[in-house]
This record gives sequence, structure tokens and C-alpha cells, in this order.
Amino acid sequence: MNEEIIISGRDIPHIDPHLNIWHWPIPSYLFLGGLAAGILFFASLYTILGKEKELPTAVKWASFVAPFALMLGLFFLFIDLKHQWYFWRLYLTLRIESPMSWGAWVLLAITPLSMIWAAGYLSELIPSWDWKLGILKRFEQWIQGHRKLLAWAMILLSVILGIYTGILLSAFNARPLWNTALLGPLFLVSGLSTGAATILWMSRNEAERKLFTRIDILLISIELFFIVHLFMGFLAGPAVQLESAALFLGGEFTLPFWGLVVLMGLALPALLELLELKGWKIPAALPAMLILLGGLAFRIIMVEAGEMTRYLY
Amino acid sequence: MATRRDFIKISALGIGSATLGAGAFNLLKGANLRAVPATTGAFARYPTYCEVCFWKCAGWSYVDEKGKLLKLEGHPDDPHCNGRLCPRGTGGVGMYYDEDRLTTPLIRVEENGEQSFRKASWDEALGLVADKMREIAGQYGPESIALFNHGSSGHYFTHLLKAFGSGNIVAPSYAQCRGPREAGWIATFGTSVGSPEPTDIRDTRCLVLIGSHIGENMHNNQVQEMSDAIDNGADIITVDPRYSTAASKSRYWLPIKPATDLALLLAWMHVIVYEELYDKDYVERYTYGFDQLKQHLRRMTPEWAYGITTIKPQDIRETARLMASAAPATIVHPGRHVTWYGDDTQRSRAIAILNALLGSWGRRGGFYFPESVKVPEFPSPEYPAPKWSWQDTLDGRYPLANLGVTNTVIEASIPGNDRDARVKGWLVTGTNLPLSIPEKAKLEEAMQALSLLVVTDTMPMEITGYADVVLPECTYLERYDELRTSPHREPYLALRMPAVQPTGDSKPAWWITKKLGEKLGLGDYFPFEEYTEVLDWQLKQVGSSLEEMQKIGVKQFPRKTPLYLKDGEPFAFRTGTGKIELYATSLEKYGFDPLPNYTAHPEPPENYYRLNYGRAPMHTFSRTANNPNLTDIMEENKLWVNPKVAKIWGLKNDQEVWLKNQDGIVTTFPIKVRITERIRWDSVYMVHGFGHSRKELTRSFGKGASDSEMITRPMTDPIMGGTGMRGNFVTFLFEKPEKAVES
Amino acid sequence: MRYAMAIDTKKCVGCSDCVVACQIENNVPTGYCRDWVTETVYGSYPQLELELRSERCNHCDNAPCVRCCPTGASHIVEGGVVLVEASKCIGCGACIESCPYDARFSHPDGYVDKCTFCIHRVRKGLEPACVAACPTKCMYFGDLDDPSSDISKMLKNRKYKVLAPEAGTKPQVYYLI
Ligand SMILES: Nc1nc2c(c(=O)[nH]1)N[C@H]1C(S)=C(S)[C@@H](COP(=O)(O)OP(=O)(O)OC[C@H]3O[C@@H](n4cnc5c(=O)[nH]c(N)nc54)[C@H](O)[C@@H]3O)O[C@H]1N2
Ligand SMILES: Nc1nc2c(c(=O)[nH]1)N[C@H]1C(S)=C(S)[C@@H](COP(=O)(O)OP(=O)(O)OC[C@H]3O[C@@H](n4cnc5c(=O)[nH]c(N)nc54)[C@H](O)[C@@H]3O)O[C@H]1N2
Ligand code: SF4
Ligand code: SF4
Ligand code: SF4
Ligand code: SF4
Ligand code: SF4
Ligand SMILES: [Mo]
Repeated sequence: MNEEIIISGRDIPHIDPHLNIWHWPIPSYLFLGGLAAGILFFASLYTILGKEKELPTAVKWASFVAPFALMLGLFFLFIDLKHQWYFWRLYLTLRIESPMSWGAWVLLAITPLSMIWAAGYLSELIPSWDWKLGILKRFEQWIQGHRKLLAWAMILLSVILGIYTGILLSAFNARPLWNTALLGPLFLVSGLSTGAATILWMSRNEAERKLFTRIDILLISIELFFIVHLFMGFLAGPAVQLESAALFLGGEFTLPFWGLVVLMGLALPALLELLELKGWKIPAALPAMLILLGGLAFRIIMVEAGEMTRYLY
Repeated sequence: MATRRDFIKISALGIGSATLGAGAFNLLKGANLRAVPATTGAFARYPTYCEVCFWKCAGWSYVDEKGKLLKLEGHPDDPHCNGRLCPRGTGGVGMYYDEDRLTTPLIRVEENGEQSFRKASWDEALGLVADKMREIAGQYGPESIALFNHGSSGHYFTHLLKAFGSGNIVAPSYAQCRGPREAGWIATFGTSVGSPEPTDIRDTRCLVLIGSHIGENMHNNQVQEMSDAIDNGADIITVDPRYSTAASKSRYWLPIKPATDLALLLAWMHVIVYEELYDKDYVERYTYGFDQLKQHLRRMTPEWAYGITTIKPQDIRETARLMASAAPATIVHPGRHVTWYGDDTQRSRAIAILNALLGSWGRRGGFYFPESVKVPEFPSPEYPAPKWSWQDTLDGRYPLANLGVTNTVIEASIPGNDRDARVKGWLVTGTNLPLSIPEKAKLEEAMQALSLLVVTDTMPMEITGYADVVLPECTYLERYDELRTSPHREPYLALRMPAVQPTGDSKPAWWITKKLGEKLGLGDYFPFEEYTEVLDWQLKQVGSSLEEMQKIGVKQFPRKTPLYLKDGEPFAFRTGTGKIELYATSLEKYGFDPLPNYTAHPEPPENYYRLNYGRAPMHTFSRTANNPNLTDIMEENKLWVNPKVAKIWGLKNDQEVWLKNQDGIVTTFPIKVRITERIRWDSVYMVHGFGHSRKELTRSFGKGASDSEMITRPMTDPIMGGTGMRGNFVTFLFEKPEKAVES
Repeated sequence: MRYAMAIDTKKCVGCSDCVVACQIENNVPTGYCRDWVTETVYGSYPQLELELRSERCNHCDNAPCVRCCPTGASHIVEGGVVLVEASKCIGCGACIESCPYDARFSHPDGYVDKCTFCIHRVRKGLEPACVAACPTKCMYFGDLDDPSSDISKMLKNRKYKVLAPEAGTKPQVYYLI
């Protein structure tokens, strides 16, 4: 038997017995960021492809969710900071090696962009809308005239945002659970899938719903594929990764992960969507909600569990 | 949240600069250290010597310009610490800053059957004590007041009590600690080992530790020198049933079956004598009774010892040869806390004899002859001769007790018995008897029967809960004290002076005893206003002065006698025969074995485990358990349990259990389990000093369990009265039984 | 210049003076610490080995905590010493997550704190507080680029290891074994 103990010092709040520095706001922030990235990605993609008419929800309606999601996300990030009133320090420097840094910058750029984007559709979607000020009206006209340009900027930023929410965790070598190249793509795909689910939920357009159901099923399949590979990688990895995997294979995260995330959040909605394609009557809200909850649970679990894994020495 | 900020904040500033003598600089909260400019400011440092244990390391206390205590550092010139305090000494600031301290005299009052303490002035408290003392003396004689003491304050109370006419003065450092060793050493070498032990570890080639767990036992320069010895490639042999820290640093760890050390020691001697590995010249020149010893050891072979100790014969032979090959630079360490199994004087004798055979006493790398500065006592009248003293409480037992035995004085305080209750009042200072003395029931019985119990302490420890009057002493950082004259390789003096003013209404013991003395009409015995007068007078007698010592803190004096025996030098030992008595004539005289013998001791009954205990390096007994700096490092003790035992009982790490001993006594508080291979399957182990039961001790109340509570069956040493404390057995309880023991 | 620390596990007794001294020197709030002591027990009774280690920030040559810091609060100064500038730190916790040794913590005042190698003392020619206090003198601090420093000599003459080398951080606290 090897016995390893800390005989003095430690027992530091949030560090011992295991790291617990990030609480629910960080995974929520990652979730909201991923969701917004997904929505904005599809909005700009289909704008660039010239499908505004066919896909009104994806391009117009859903994009109203993004600024709120982003602002709420930023707020969550803020409340998880321990030295909050030094927040502005983030924006005195750009540190390329720090995902936290460029993520903060991307958010700073994409949030107003998403607002502008949505603002451009206000009077089209709400006929009674009146900008009152002439200057705002002229700005609206400018937006409407430059949608393609904005879409190009937004697709770029939304991809960066999506990748950022993915690699924020996987950039931390120190936590064996996060220390895998698959985590970034997995979070990116999951973000896109939550975005697609939101669109699906909001859409009243039959063709649009069919398209996003298909997209969603594809994304979920990719996710499931990644998850299987993630664990295969862990199981073939060094002791610390085996230990990480054990948290999910019999350990304390087994039920929440396989039950809540994989079954309820991925497999079940995918099944419902397949059935829907087969002509079953399934309320769109159901699979969408499951996907959203699953996406949130996934991030909370990955953050919690990741903080529990560490190098052994 | 509690922070150390208040008093440490500036320490980060003061210290670096203090040591450089450059002054303090400002460290703003949250500022980048890099940006901190060194500015000048006033700081001061004052000499002191540490009172967190009895090693008395000299050091400096640093104080900022506002008079706040910052931190403590060892005195580089002091051989007790060589500039480095141990963790307890470093954390000594916590003794001063502990907010639970006693700050005002307290008098026990009773209202509606409820007892409590009320605050009192010194004048009232001391007046009450003096009246009571006089009353008792009038009825039973001054001898019926006894003093229990430990540490610096004992000096003044001893003076007071002797002036009052009593010689009933005892300390737990004898019958609960090193008494058997001193008795054994006196019977062999004619002199006690003393403190600090004159072990020449720095230059040794082979260090043998029997139980003595240096490294956990943090007696400072011993630890330092053991580290030096490791660097020098010395071999360490550790005999300990537990895998101690020292054992882990040893070339040989002999995991002995508890309570069987005497067999091992005899077998070692057997090998050394029969393989003729002993120092022939030394033995012939200086010792008495070699032939009897040789005859005595005849059958005590390693094979014989194997059956008893479970140590393989080959290991016994190899280690014996190793010791002999390094001799005389071999130390078979006499240990310090040696009251284990009741035959401890005999075990200590065996260790002494072994050292004599190796010729290590008085030899480089073995034991040096320590020397101290002889400082004359401040002139004061002769003490009256007491009619009787602690010797009379022995009632013919323990003939070789050379210092007061706590337990016989406790017994003499209990009415009934077959003995007459002769002791009526106790002064207690610097000792927390309920956690230091075994057989708590007896102790409580005695305390209940007393007419007067006066406790002087710095903290509201258990003992104060029994007092009629509590006198708050200020901590060592707030007072002058007698000069430290402890013997060492070179004679040294060290000064303790206050770095800060006493907290609240606490006072130094010299002041307390002087005022009490005056109230008792003994003012002549305290012919000074301030203790500085005494110190200055004493220092001038030895060619220094208070002023000089205030500046330098520690002063070395030239040796007057040789450090080691010279080759072939004739030497008169202060024994009956003038020789090192391998065969102890003094023991023979009183009918004890003149040569040590192994006797078997009781083994744990089924489902019970031997209670083993010891020290943690970051705590001293019960006195540091509430220290804010040290509780932050270790806040409770844990029960070490072997994994096999844990499996049988289904114990988990950090699970709380209560302990029940062979007499059905249950610990007041539960203790958390630590499952570890470092302890045998027949024993459990815990650090002594925890399980405090006074709520006034806010940090330590109810943290961990008290080993003392479980020690209800001491194995008394018939030679000197030591209370062997390792013969108690405990089992686990998962719930506290309903009829809880009084806390 | 490359500051580093070497700790002799053959001599360390786990007394934790290094922890007490650090807390006092650096005004570490109660309940927190910048260094700590671990104990590892190998084997089973009576075939046992014990390793005691005083641990702290490793002032890594390849410090992920500095890389991931979004504000530059975590930075490197002379001798490769990794510091946190409290007034730049937003308390995002990224550096805490990035340290394989859990050497950092969130100070109750919000910013992140950790061992500074006592650079404020070192700049004055003193040893770090823990090194100066250690009763067994088992800790060595100095400049690896100076071949005559104690630490260079120790590392030349003794076997040593670092903690979690596979994490790739290139730690600069060495354990003599
Ligand atoms: N069960 C068990 N019993 C033991 C031991 C054991 O290991 N286990 N060890 C034994 C040994 S080796 C010894 S030496 C004894 C030690 O026995 P004690 O000397 O009784 O030990 P402490 O528990 O440190 O109690 C010291 C008391 O002095 C107080 N004190 C501290 N500083 C000052 C001061 O400056 N002035 C005054 N007036 N009081 C002060 C403390 O608050 C505390 O109440 O215990 C013995 N008893
Ligand atoms: N940190 C710290 N240091 C201290 C003190 C303190 O309170 N704290 N107190 C000081 C004082 S006053 C004293 S007296 C000393 C005491 O310190 P020591 O003299 O070193 O104490 P012991 O009780 O002899 O040693 C305890 C060891 O004896 C082992 N042991 C138990 N039973 C047996 C047995 O049957 N045979 C053998 N061979 N070993 C056994 C235990 O496993 C444990 O490792 O420490 C001093 N140093
Ligand atoms: S050994 Fe430690 S506690 Fe004892 S006197 Fe020295 S520094 Fe103080
Ligand atoms: S002070 Fe030294 S001996 Fe004590 S634990 Fe720290 S490194 Fe080890
Ligand atoms: S030990 Fe941790 S905090 Fe220190 S430099 Fe390395 S990664 Fe950074
Ligand atoms: S917590 Fe502070 S030091 Fe750490 S990464 Fe964030 S800003 Fe940098
Ligand atoms: S170097 Fe200084 S800050 Fe670092 S652990 Fe040691 S004392 Fe603490
Ligand atoms: Mo003792």
C-alpha cells in the first residue's frame, strides 16, 4: 500500500481536497458562448449562402437570442471572478497564449456585432417598430445594406468563439480529463448543436425544421463519435487519464454523464428527431430542450470532473 | 475570516530589513513585491529564549516601530538552535497572540450552587491566596502546601515555597518523563544525563535510537545534529515498533515488539561482550562489575532475544558489530521520555551499560562532558528547614528517586487511603496536570480534597478549571526571566527580555511570587524592585552585565574542564565504587537487580490494541494545541491504525472513533482514523496533547483525543516511582456510549 | 541567472517549520499556505520507505500559469521567478487550473497568491524564509547558472528528481533523493 498524505499546510478553500475554483458560472458561460456561437454561425452561414427567405428563424428570429446569451455569459464570467473590480485589466492587453484573454476579446467584438445584426431585423419582424431617431433609421439602413459583409465578420468570430469555448478547458494540461485534443472539437460541435436546437425550437417553417433536424442529428452523431473516442483515448492513456476515465466508468460521474448527458441529452433527442423525420408528431420543444439541458449538463460535469483530476507525483 | 494579518503584515516588511539592519519598508496590501521600495524605519529586536518547550533555544524577537511583535528567529550564536528555531519556536508568536489567553486574575465563586470564576484584582487574588496559605500552614504546617511546576515560572515559585517552609516541590518532567533515565544513569555513571542531553551527535559515527524519535521529538540541536550526522554518513540504528521519521532515515530499523527492549539491549551486550567487541581498556580502567555482567549475559543470546523481540538474531549481531566498529563515536541515546513499562530504570541502566562497554561516555562522537556557567543566586535569607518533604510522601517506596515524584504527592493529598492526607494545598504553575499525569481519577480525587488550589498559567488550560484562584502569567515574550545557564559543549548564558508589554493584567512569575511573598510576610526573600536588578547583579558576578546581554542576547564563556576524557586519564565517578558501575551497588543495596533483567509485560487482550503515543514536530504537549500559528499547521491528532486492523474493523480514513480502554474508560472526544503501515497491528498510535475539554480554548476544544485519558493503569517503576504509560490497551467504539464520562 | 531550490529528502523530517516560517514572513492568511509538506509511505510493515517533501510553486521554466494568464498578472522576473501582481489579477482562476501542482490559491482578498521564492528577501541577499528556518538545513536555494552555488553543487553530486516531469513544466524545485 502506498499512502500519500499532506501532513501540513493545505486544506486551502477551493483547492483542497480537490480543486474547485470554477463553479457553475464558468460552464454556464461556456454553454451560453457555445449556444450563441452556434446561432450566429448558422445565421451568417445562411446569409452568405443567400437563404434569408427560406430560413427566416435561423437568420432572423434566432439571432435575437444571441446577444442575450452573450451578455448573460459575460455576466456569469464576471461573477466567477474573485478580483472582480480589476475586470478591466482584461482589456489592457491581448495575450495570444491565453485563451481566456482572446476569448474575452472575441466576446467584446461579437456581442455588439450580434446586437447590430439583430437590430437590423427589428423593424422587419416587428412591423410596429419605430426607431424614432433619424440617425438610428439611417444606421438600420446601413446594416440592411451591408448584411453580407457583417455575416462574413460574424461567421469568423462565431467560429473563433466556438473554438474558444472548446479549447478553454483543453488548454489546461494540468487537468488530465481536459488534456485531450478531442475536447475542443467536441465542445465546438456541442455548441453548434445547441444553436441548431434553439433554431429548431423557434422555427415555424416546415422546411427549415426538416433541415435543422437533419443538421442536429448529424451533429449529435459526431458528438457521440467523439465521446466514444474520448474514452478510448483515456483508456489507452497514462494512469492519470485512466483515473479520469474511471470517474465516468463507475466513478461518481457515471450516472450524471451517461444518463443525463449521453442518454437524455444526446441519444434520446436524436431518436425523437429521427422519428419526427419519419412523420411522427413530436413537439419540437422536447428534443430541443433536451439538447440544451444536455449541453449545459455536459459542460458542468466536464468542469467539475476535470477539476478533480490531477497529476500524480 | 481570521487572519494573521494584523501582526504579520509588517513582518513581511520588517524582517528582511531587520536582519539586514536597514529598516522596514512598506508593503501595501496586494502590491507587487517587486514594486516595494526599501524605506527606512525603526524596528527593534530583543533577545529571548524560547519557552515553547524546554530546550530553551535562544532567539531574537522582532518588533516594529509601533511596538508590534513581528516574528521570532533563532540566535545564530546559540548552540541550542544555531540560528534556527524549530516550527514550534517559529510559531511562538502565537503564544503571545492567542486571543484565548488568561489576562486577569480569577477567583472561583459559587452562586446558587453554580460555580464560576469572577475577575479580581491582583491585590485581592494574592491576598486571598496568602490568607489561605497561612491558614493551612497554621493548621498543618507550611509543608502541607506543595508546588507542581514545569518551565521557567517554577524557579520563582520554588523560591517562594522554600521561603514559606515547604520542600514539597515536584514536576512532571521527572516521574512522567526522564526520571528513570536519570536514576539509571546515576546508578551507573554517578551523574544524571541532564538537559540538553550531552550527546555528541554532530561527530558521531553511529547513533542508536531506542524509541527516542528525534525529528518528531523536535529538540532542536539534536535534530540539527542528526541531520549533520546523515550528511557525514553516520549510521543510524532505530529501535521502534513504529516506523518513526528517524527510522526512515536509518540504516537499520529494528521493528521491535513493544515492551521488549530490555531483551534486545541484553542481547546486544551479549554480542559485544562475548565477541569481545567492547572497549577493553576503557572497561578495565573505568568500570566495576564486568565479570558479573559477563556471567549474567551468558544465556542472553541474540537467539534468546529473537523469541522475545522478534528481531532476527543476525540483525542483532550486525547492529551490535556496527555499534562496536564505530565506538567510541557511538551514541546509544538515553532517550528522554522514558517512563514506558515500569522497568524503565533498568532499561536505562542497560543503555548506560551498553554505552560504557562501547566506551562512549566522555568520548568524542559519544557523550561529551557538558559545562555551564555557574551564576550565583541573588542574596536572600536562608530558607527555613521543612519538617518533612516529598521524600516522606514516598512512604519507603522508590528509594532511588532523586527528584520529587508527582504521583506520591498527589496520593498524599487524598484523604483516606492507608496514608494520612498530609498535603492540603497546591500551587501549580506551568503544568497542565490533567493532560500530563496518568490516572486522571486519582488526580481529580486529590484536587477535590484540597483546601487550596492556585494555578498560574498563560492559558485557560484544563488545570485552571480546577483552581480556586487562577493567576495569569504573561508569556515568555513579555517578560524578563532567570538567565539560561543550560550546560552545553561550551558554557553559555542567554537572556530573555520582554519584546512587548504584558497583555491585559497578566504578570511575570517573578512579580507574582514577589507580591505573594510580601503578603505572606516573606518580603526579605525578594530584596529587589525589578527583576532586572537581580539579572544585572548576577551578570556582573560573572563578568557581564544586563546592558551587554540586552545587546548580544547570548554569551559564550570559556570552558574550565575538559570536554572529553583524556586517553587513559584517571577519573573518579560519583558512584559508590568510584567506577562506572556495570554492576550497580546502589541498586543491590535496596534489593533491586544490580544487573538488568528482562521481564515480560502484559499483552493486549483480544480486540484491544496497545496505546502508543509520541510527539508531532509542530506541537508541544498540550500547550500548543490552541496556538493559532501551530493549529493552522496541525489542528488535531489522529489515530494511527494498521491497514490489517482497519480491515477487521471496517475502518476508513478520517472516520471518527471513540476509544475505550481496558478499564472501560472512554475518550471524551472522538479521534479521526489514519490508516497507515507505519504502525504495527498490535498497537495504535496518537500524538499526545490533544483532546482539550475546556471551551475557553476555542481552537482546540474537542479537537482530537487525549491519550492521557486512556492511561488509567500506569506501570510504576519500583526504583524511582516513574509512571510507565505504555501498558494501556484500547479498543474502538463507533458511537459514544450513553453514560458519557465527565468531561 | 536561474534561481532554483533543492530539498534533501534524506534529511527533511517533515517538521513543517518551512510552512510556519513562510506564513509568518509572507503574511499568509490563516487557513492558507504557500508551501506544504507531504508524506509518502511505500511498502508494508515492516518493509517500509518514507519520503517527506516540502512542496511549493516550482517556478517552472515552462510555466503554463504565466501563459494562460489573460492580464499578464502572472509574470516572470529575474532568475525565472514566477510572480503574481495582485493589482493586475482579475481572479479568473485560469492559472490555478493550469498548475499541475495546485501551488496557487485564491487569496481571500480576491487575487491569486503563491510562493514568490521570497524574492523580496532574495533581492536583499537573504535566503527565502523557509530555507532560513529549516532546522535540518535540508533546503538549498541559489542560482543554477552559478556553478559555485550550493545548489549547483548539490545537483551535480546528488541524484535528484522533480515533480510530475511529464507535465512538461520544467520545474525548478529539485528533490535530492
Ligand atoms: N499521556 C501522556 N502524558 C505525558 C506525556 C505523554 O507523552 N503522554 N509526556 C510527559 C512528558 S515527557 C512531560 S515532560 C510532561 C509535560 O507536562 P506539562 O509540562 O504539564 O506539559 P504541557 O501540557 O505543555 O503543560 C504546560 C502548561 O504550562 C502552561 N504554560 C505555557 N507557558 C507558560 C508560561 O510561560 N508560564 C506559565 N505559568 N505557564 C505556561 C501551558 O499553558 C500548559 O498549561 O508530560 C508528561 N505526560
Ligand atoms: N515536537 C515536540 N518535541 C518534543 C516535545 C514535544 O512536546 N513536541 N517534548 C519534549 C520532551 S519533554 C520529551 S520528554 C521528548 C520525548 O521524546 P522521546 O524521548 O523521543 O519520546 P519517547 O516517548 O521516548 O519516544 C516515542 C517513540 O517511542 C516509540 N515506542 C513506543 N513504544 C516503544 C517500545 O516499546 N520500544 C521502543 N523501542 N520504542 C517504543 C514510539 O513509537 C515513538 O516513536 O520530546 C521532546 N521534544
Ligand atoms: S526546540 Fe523548538 S520549541 Fe523547544 S525551545 Fe527550541 S525552538 Fe523552542
Ligand atoms: S523545515 Fe526543513 S525539515 Fe522541516 S519540513 Fe520543511 S524542509 Fe523538511
Ligand atoms: S508550479 Fe504551478 S504556479 Fe508555479 S510556475 Fe509551475 S505551473 Fe506556475
Ligand atoms: S487569476 Fe489572476 S493571475 Fe491567475 S490567470 Fe487570472 S488574472 Fe492571471
Ligand atoms: S520561498 Fe518564500 S514564499 Fe516560497 S515557500 Fe519559501 S518562504 Fe514561502
Ligand atoms: Mo518530557
